[in-house]
Amino acid sequence: MLEYILFFFIVVAGTGGELCLSRAMKSIGEIHDFRPRSLLRFIGEAIRLPWLWAGVSLMALGFFSLLAILSFLEVSFVVPVSALSYAAGAFGAKLFLGERISRHRWMGIAVVTIGVTLVWWSRR
Amino acid sequence: MESTQTHLDHHEHHARRLQLKTIPLILISIVLGPLGNVLLGKGMKSAGHLELHGVSDLLPVAFRVFSSPILWLGIACLIGFFVVHMLLLTWADYSYVQPATALSYATVAVLSYFLLGEYVSPLRWAGIATICFGVLVVGRTPPNTTAVP
Repeated sequence: MLEYILFFFIVVAGTGGELCLSRAMKSIGEIHDFRPRSLLRFIGEAIRLPWLWAGVSLMALGFFSLLAILSFLEVSFVVPVSALSYAAGAFGAKLFLGERISRHRWMGIAVVTIGVTLVWWSRR
Repeated sequence: MESTQTHLDHHEHHARRLQLKTIPLILISIVLGPLGNVLLGKGMKSAGHLELHGVSDLLPVAFRVFSSPILWLGIACLIGFFVVHMLLLTWADYSYVQPATALSYATVAVLSYFLLGEYVSPLRWAGIATICFGVLVVGRTPPNTTAVP
């Protein structure tokens, strides 16, 4: 049971964190100026965004869940299963960021999901 | 017509130069990321049996876990991976970098086998190969589809 909860956090919190970060970064806009002063201003702007903090917290939750699950499951099992993030990322990007996901991409995601199922069956 | 040709040549040259620095960095990233994960696994397993019975156990367990040098080496690899990945993404499209990183699922299995002695069954290999293929399908486009400065 514990591994299901931890996988849920790795996939959903990890991906959710990235989506929040993407949202935060896009609200600042593209960086063109890489002088230290403007980079500092960029960081100053970024740390005031709630989306950034939401993203960082979710990603931290995902990372600690990964550490926890690695204490009792094999790396060659955990990492491939966490590829489910591709599916979570596509759904999240569509619902939360309004990105368009091509049919081609959905097909790839279906193949990844089949692969994850095979790895899941290989569990001992 | 002629100017279109020169423009195309120039574009091709630019694409080749981009690939020259993109490919070594992709190779580094598909080793560093999995190596980081494998070291995290080693660090966590060498911390011994971890049991949480309540919130009061959290601090001693965290202390034991984070006193492992292997775990920190793993975190360093993951930070290195993250930096290389970000660097790549400053000029290459995400949809180009992502399929290339598909290979990291194979690397993680190879490294788990050699460094951790994990048994990777044929079924697991088949699953990993399928995942690699799926990630490849997810995004296969030229290095940069957006305007080149």
